[in-house]
Amino acid sequence: MVDVRNVTKRYGGKTVLDDVSVRIRPGAVTAFIGPNGAGKSTLLSVICRLVHKDGGEVRVDGKEIGQYNHFELARKLSILKQTNQLPIRLTVRELVGFGRFPHSQGRLTKEDRRHIDEAIRYAGLEELQDKYLDELSGGQRQRAFIAMVLAQDTPYVFLDEPLNNLDMKHAVHIMQLIRRLVGELGKTVVLVLHDINFAASYADHIVALKDGRVIREGSTEDMVRTDVLQQVYDMDIPIAEFGGRKFCIYFGNVPAWKKKGSGGDE
Amino acid sequence: MNDKAKLAVLAALAIALIGIFLFTDLAGNLEYVLSRRCKKVWAIALTGATVAFATTVFQTLVNNRILTPSIIGLDSLYMLLQTTVVFLFGGFALTSMNREVRFLLSAGLMVLFAGLLYRLLFRAHERDLYMVLLVGIVCGVFFQSIASFMQKLMDPNEFLIVQDRMFASLNHPDTDVLLIATALAAFSVLACARNFKYLDAIALGRDHAINLGVPYERAIRHLFLLVAALIAAATALAGPITFLGLLVANIAHQWIHTYRHRFRLAGSMLLGVIALVGGQLVVERVFTFSTTLSVIINFVGGVYFLYLLLRENRRW
Repeated sequence: MVDVRNVTKRYGGKTVLDDVSVRIRPGAVTAFIGPNGAGKSTLLSVICRLVHKDGGEVRVDGKEIGQYNHFELARKLSILKQTNQLPIRLTVRELVGFGRFPHSQGRLTKEDRRHIDEAIRYAGLEELQDKYLDELSGGQRQRAFIAMVLAQDTPYVFLDEPLNNLDMKHAVHIMQLIRRLVGELGKTVVLVLHDINFAASYADHIVALKDGRVIREGSTEDMVRTDVLQQVYDMDIPIAEFGGRKFCIYFGNVPAWKKKGSGGDE
Repeated sequence: MNDKAKLAVLAALAIALIGIFLFTDLAGNLEYVLSRRCKKVWAIALTGATVAFATTVFQTLVNNRILTPSIIGLDSLYMLLQTTVVFLFGGFALTSMNREVRFLLSAGLMVLFAGLLYRLLFRAHERDLYMVLLVGIVCGVFFQSIASFMQKLMDPNEFLIVQDRMFASLNHPDTDVLLIATALAAFSVLACARNFKYLDAIALGRDHAINLGVPYERAIRHLFLLVAALIAAATALAGPITFLGLLVANIAHQWIHTYRHRFRLAGSMLLGVIALVGGQLVVERVFTFSTTLSVIINFVGGVYFLYLLLRENRRW
């Protein structure tokens, strides 16, 4: 259980997180949504101790993150930030091997190798495991990083915009992989998403942030509604249903000249 | 060739060069010549290994392969100190000063400066190492300007004494100083040894390192001070010598294709020893002291490094 209580973060005079309290449901996919600058990524970074908080506490399984031994915490939760550029050149397998660092501190055991093999297989990277990361496409690279997190084998996985810069096919692939982590391996996944439709289709629970506060949270069913989205994004977003799933039509009113040009029937 | 074989080749080469240095061209009183040469080889190997080690660690800390510890201005501070002593108390004061005192003064000041720089800036700027580097560069230029200003006001004869200190020289190492330098290097490496296992993960960058359980701030602080202590020891022993680090760290990186610091550190240290012993050998026996060590090393190392880069280019 990850429990965030009254967390505050300020940069200079600007309050980025203002008294945020959130409880992450175990064994589910939770999506943080909200407009740019709402504090989603900062909240994720604070929970995973990448950014120091100015107030409040983050409890993981009942213990404040500051109380943990570093390696112990790294075996509880893992985080992947949106930039997946590395300063050094590594093969996929070497990168995934780093996931075992909190467990064996650099000297891989037989047990570690088993975890690495499994993570590579799970992410569908067997063919690519000896390739260098800079030889891969964006989607393959993102999968390699997720495989590293898998090898880290933590019950809680935090992903900051895992779909950034991916095309549709790869984005869907990643989301399905994440769903399987929760369904098959029983992990708890928290992710920041920009495309509300991915949240609508794949998340169990949605937390909406705006101006550094949690303004609404609830099950996906309760959150994907025109009135809620109006409050979050200040936009009128109609919801359509197709095949039993909800879709947010967030494209707004198309200007008239565009219709004329393409339709040509006026 | 795998990494272990490459290291073995380097080790063999280093030992061979040391052997040549010690046992060829022997003339006169054997005992005297050998004990002098042993001291010299020891000083050279120590300098080469510490500079290479410090540079490799530093490049990992700042995640950048073209920076060397000289960027935080330690070389300039060393020169400023030498110049100031000559300027205020005359050249005789510097040459007649107790050598151990001079060593401890130089090394202590450099470590103190690096520590202050880190303490003041790393705290204030949300743990941004680049801010430390930037202020280090500015301080370095500042030290250099003051030093060259004083050098211009100086008596030309006194300036010669300062000039002598501007270039790395391992021609006349002093035993007592050598012992202190060895102790300083060994102590700082041992004190910092538990942080070495984090280096591989630190090379991935801050966020990944923290995610993987590295106690990032503490590790960075300790390793940064270690780098400063090693550079201070080498510089106070041999003069401004950080140029060596850039070459050997990068040649080691190009030659030993691994991210693992156990191999990279060993490789660059051996290369440092090879470069310095080989360079000194050439200076003494081929050019009979008519050129300086830095010229030889920069020339040969630079050419080899370019060759490695060009070869790499063709392969891609």
